[in-house]
Amino acid sequence: MIVGKVWKYGDDINTDVIFPGKYTYTISDRKEMAEHALEDLDSEFAKNVQKNDIIVAGKNFGCGSSREQAATCIKEAGAGAIIAKSFSRLFFRNAINEGLPVVECPEAVDLLKKGDTAEVDFINGKLKAGGKEFDFVKLPPFILEIFNDGGLLPHTKRKLDKK
Amino acid sequence: MGQTFVQKILAAKAGLDHVEVGQIVEIVPDVALSHDNTAAISKKFETLGIEKIYDQNLHIIVLDHCVPAASEKYASNHKVIREFVKNQEIEKFYDINNGVCHQIVLEKGHIGPGMVGVGSDSHTTMYGAVGAFSTGIGRSEMAVIFGTGKIWFKVPPTIKFEITGEWPDNLTSKDLILHIIGDIGSDGAFYSSCEFTGPAISALNMSDRMVLSNMSVEMGAKNGYIPPDEKTLLWLSERTDKKFKAVYSDEDCKYSKVLKYDVSKIKPTVARPHTVDNCVTADELSDVKINQALIGTCTNGRVEDIEMAASVLKGKKIHPDVRLLVFPASMDIYKESIKLGYIEILIDAGAVIMNPGCGPCLGAHEGTLAPEEVCISTANRNFKGRMGCKEASVYLASPLTVATSALTGKITSP
Repeated sequence: MIVGKVWKYGDDINTDVIFPGKYTYTISDRKEMAEHALEDLDSEFAKNVQKNDIIVAGKNFGCGSSREQAATCIKEAGAGAIIAKSFSRLFFRNAINEGLPVVECPEAVDLLKKGDTAEVDFINGKLKAGGKEFDFVKLPPFILEIFNDGGLLPHTKRKLDKK
Repeated sequence: MGQTFVQKILAAKAGLDHVEVGQIVEIVPDVALSHDNTAAISKKFETLGIEKIYDQNLHIIVLDHCVPAASEKYASNHKVIREFVKNQEIEKFYDINNGVCHQIVLEKGHIGPGMVGVGSDSHTTMYGAVGAFSTGIGRSEMAVIFGTGKIWFKVPPTIKFEITGEWPDNLTSKDLILHIIGDIGSDGAFYSSCEFTGPAISALNMSDRMVLSNMSVEMGAKNGYIPPDEKTLLWLSERTDKKFKAVYSDEDCKYSKVLKYDVSKIKPTVARPHTVDNCVTADELSDVKINQALIGTCTNGRVEDIEMAASVLKGKKIHPDVRLLVFPASMDIYKESIKLGYIEILIDAGAVIMNPGCGPCLGAHEGTLAPEEVCISTANRNFKGRMGCKEASVYLASPLTVATSALTGKITSP
């Protein structure tokens, strides 16, 4: 269960404002990536985010580049989950591959405001916000397994070691 | 019920007779592209504890995002990649003197009809222009392909775009795709396979087709396929001896949507800051002054694009307050453009000709913007900060519109 305070943003939050292109080949350290999380969207985020805080946004979150650092910087900054109306396919994959919970739940997005508290049970597809409970579509078992192993690299390593 | 292109190609790769939309398949692609991000990918690959990569022939590595290196960090990044390429004996490696990765993959004949390509870059969708299934993936996913060859996909639904009408002289495929994205929005083709069909598509040359496939990702698509025809096969036969087995959608297949556009009714279109779907016609923006004009990138940096710019700028001078940067998408394109006299025309008009590569498209170097500056570009993205400065503005347009605007100093319809 992830319980955290909400940071609220709008539609089409793209990878360039999440992790600017100028850093994509100059920053390789995960902690340093976290320092730039959401830099061109909200300069307060990286400074003030607390462990398990939850990003809430509109449609098409993470659109644009394939850059995995967009998911890495948010995860490393401490965010516990992202709830959005929808996610770009590349960001969605990158987030799961990084072990960052991504929840599609348009109703909850409309309800939540900055500073609210939300509770996410990612594995079981349950979300509590504003005194209401929501069900969201759970990951298919094949993909849930990647998430449960902590991301794609540890998942692949585990499978390779088993052979 | 028949099957769509994407169902058929993913079923074949997965060794299945039939797949349903929504089904997850695991496949080994035919082509796996990575670029300057190969350094980071190689570090992720190392965590898998595998010594030798799964298949050297699968991989194409192109240095293009910041070439030549703009700083010690970029230089060190390139060095790691060159060492990885050597240690892993990867033959299809293109160093800094080649061009933009997607152009290289196509131009060198590495991919064609019926093949599956993946790349750790979102504009990998471009290979749909030659009838391939191709899409972007993340760095960890590419690291796993280096290790095991495998990647999973969810079989997407398909949107068919039926494009008809005679092309007006001042209209290009860039205007069409901007018009479509403006119409259906940045998530209008979410998670979908796009098929571009109809007489107005058949009429396009290969360069113009690549623009449509390249920019499909800007409406959220997984891939952007154009059914291969004689033009496709001729274009490929000039580049490779490979034999291809084209895949087409069955006539009775099920599309999630069919969208129709008549190009004779579309006007030159521009995407305003800071989203690609924020589109209006160029003539609505005639009061927007520009500081920089850019012709190039994987979207519009081919000989045909440079020719369009030269046709506008021949014997003329660009506006004194404008900097015009031209990035041929590859060294072959650069050489051809010199041979055809276009480069001289552009230099005489006041352009700066840059080396093939991504240039300032992703904000790394070679023409980044200052606060309050405005650039009109033939690239594919205009997100805030995209060209290195979050207080700058980027407009997207066709090579004709960009060249015409460079002459007048403000956004001008060709």
